[in-house]
Amino acid sequence: MYQDLFDFRQGREGYYGQFGGAYVPEILHETLAELRAAFDEARHDPKFWRQYVEVMSTYSCRPTPITYCDNLTRLLGGAKIFVKREDLNHTGAHKVNNVMGQGLLMRRMGKKRVIAETGAGQHGVATATMAARLGLDCRIYMGEDDIARQRPNVFWMEQLGAEVIAVTDGTRTLKDAINACLRDWVESMSNTHYALGTVCGPHPFPHMVMYFQSIIGREAREQMQKQTGKLPKRVYACVGGGSNASGIFAGFLEDSEVDLVGVEAGGLGISSGKHAARIAGGQGCPGVAQGYKTYFLQDKEGLMNDTHSVAAGLDYIGVGPILAHLHDRGRVRFESATDTEVVEALKLTIRSEGLIPALESSHAFAAACREAPQLSPDDAILINQSGRGDKDIFTVADALGDERWKEFIQGKAAAYESAARKRGTL
Amino acid sequence: MAHAVVGYPSLEVNWQMLEAMEAANVDLVELQLPFSEPIADGPTFVKANQAALHSQTHWEHYFALMSRAARRFSFPILFMGYYNSVFRMGEETFCDRLSHAGARGFIVADLPPEEAVGLNGHGRARGLDPILLMTPTNSPSRLTEIAAQASGFVYCVARKGVTGKRTEISDGVESFLGRCRKATKLPLALGFGIKTEQDVRTIKGLADIAIVGTACLEAWERGGRSGYTEFLSTLSRGRS
Ligand SMILES: Cc1ncc(COP(=O)(O)O)c(C=O)c1O
Repeated sequence: MYQDLFDFRQGREGYYGQFGGAYVPEILHETLAELRAAFDEARHDPKFWRQYVEVMSTYSCRPTPITYCDNLTRLLGGAKIFVKREDLNHTGAHKVNNVMGQGLLMRRMGKKRVIAETGAGQHGVATATMAARLGLDCRIYMGEDDIARQRPNVFWMEQLGAEVIAVTDGTRTLKDAINACLRDWVESMSNTHYALGTVCGPHPFPHMVMYFQSIIGREAREQMQKQTGKLPKRVYACVGGGSNASGIFAGFLEDSEVDLVGVEAGGLGISSGKHAARIAGGQGCPGVAQGYKTYFLQDKEGLMNDTHSVAAGLDYIGVGPILAHLHDRGRVRFESATDTEVVEALKLTIRSEGLIPALESSHAFAAACREAPQLSPDDAILINQSGRGDKDIFTVADALGDERWKEFIQGKAAAYESAARKRGTL
Repeated sequence: MAHAVVGYPSLEVNWQMLEAMEAANVDLVELQLPFSEPIADGPTFVKANQAALHSQTHWEHYFALMSRAARRFSFPILFMGYYNSVFRMGEETFCDRLSHAGARGFIVADLPPEEAVGLNGHGRARGLDPILLMTPTNSPSRLTEIAAQASGFVYCVARKGVTGKRTEISDGVESFLGRCRKATKLPLALGFGIKTEQDVRTIKGLADIAIVGTACLEAWERGGRSGYTEFLSTLSRGRS
């Protein structure tokens, strides 16, 4: 089934059922054609995948392990819980898989400058890292609101030599950063590659990003067989644009006995309208924006809605066209988890297992924790921990109302202020 | 050809702009339907799109203004916008509404020709011209593909990038227009970054129509109604 997805019918290149395509201003036509050609040539070259795996095993931490969560399993009293540890990647999330892959492709294309959008900042950090490693100029577009939520990642991007541009139009989040990248790219394409961070945007991005992220699922399937002697009953992954989900699902698409569960951001609850559950919330409808067709959260006249999630990386209007198609075909089930459920699941996971999932990944944990008790102890379930939670320290401390953290920040602020005052009076 | 984002700064001001265009003998007018994700537009139009939406400019207001303008003024009017608006309305409904409102054609900035076959057919059946874009990065064979879908005239994009930034009308532009001429017998309109009387003068002889978008809006923002009228008449001088 994985391969079938990409056997496009003549004239329907880049379509997955009714979704996908390449809806871009004409000026980008040849650039996308060039990228498609480079990607097709690379993926038909057996050396390319080997080189990619080699880079990921020496520069990042691949294969990432699968951890059995004995305590969590006992606490929930149902299926055995396993976690795929994408948090152990260099830069702390699955994003680096895609980025290093696109970096290798850039080398084949001879492009010297890279641009990328970022929401949570993980993809931005990964891209800035790749650029530093490969000696490329790098510019990251990030919504002004996301910069406010994810300052630590902005700090690292800048240390890595990237220029971080605050995007101030629209809702000042991920979607607006994508628009800003497309606007940069229509001018700069002759020397610049746009390293899109998820399985969205115009063809060939959904295909290409899923291809690189499929390394997660390929490893996971083999590891589960080795560690448990069988396949998991269910696989859970959070879905922002959908790249970590597409990556881990890629390993299990042919195994019809394995349920694939994508977990979207339920935010303040579906009925509040403040969420990013495009499919699970039942409120997304087909549309065309940001270069592709999918389910978008939009109004009757096709204007995009404001979305909300405690996790910046899930706070997005659209969903990867491949996942939208797999949903329509009944192969992937979509669920949502609210901000509150997510913080609870995060607390539980930290205390019982000493794992600190990112707020994004905690959505997958929340849904798995909800469903695990209904399954038998003979069943295994697999959660994709797409990233680690260190970056979320400010948001999580706020959500938990941690007084000592607040005192620490206030103390820091006071120290900066008094230092500034001293300098001013000297 | 001149341009206005409907609903920005307001529908009333749009009307005054249209009156000024008529007075300056503008040959064609594109009315942009605002959208929340205008990826082909630069900062000035991005802001205009957002503000128009913020002040609740809906489809009904857009079509009402278009109908009124088509009845009142002599220049032909074109739709300009993004595909999601067309898609949500439904391609046939979209063409029906345009033709009832008296539009003569449409420009959809993010709809590539291979995706536009259905829409273009519906449009032609109602006497609407699909206006397609040719760009300096297109290969000759791509230009031929685009030409096969186009009617009315072709919108030649003077440079890479989004709307707004100034374009030097250079040898590059001249040879690009030469490639466009080889691909099509339709009149050529040149747009993106055309800002001054001198630009319009330089374009004469190279292209058949000069398209001025951002610079018009900037003229309004700088000088209000009188600055705008003055700017359009300066441009007009470049034509003669
Ligand atoms: C840790 C983590 N997980 C998940 C996501 C969501 O992206 P995707 O759905 O493409 O995996 C992000 C995005 O920033 C992230 O940082």
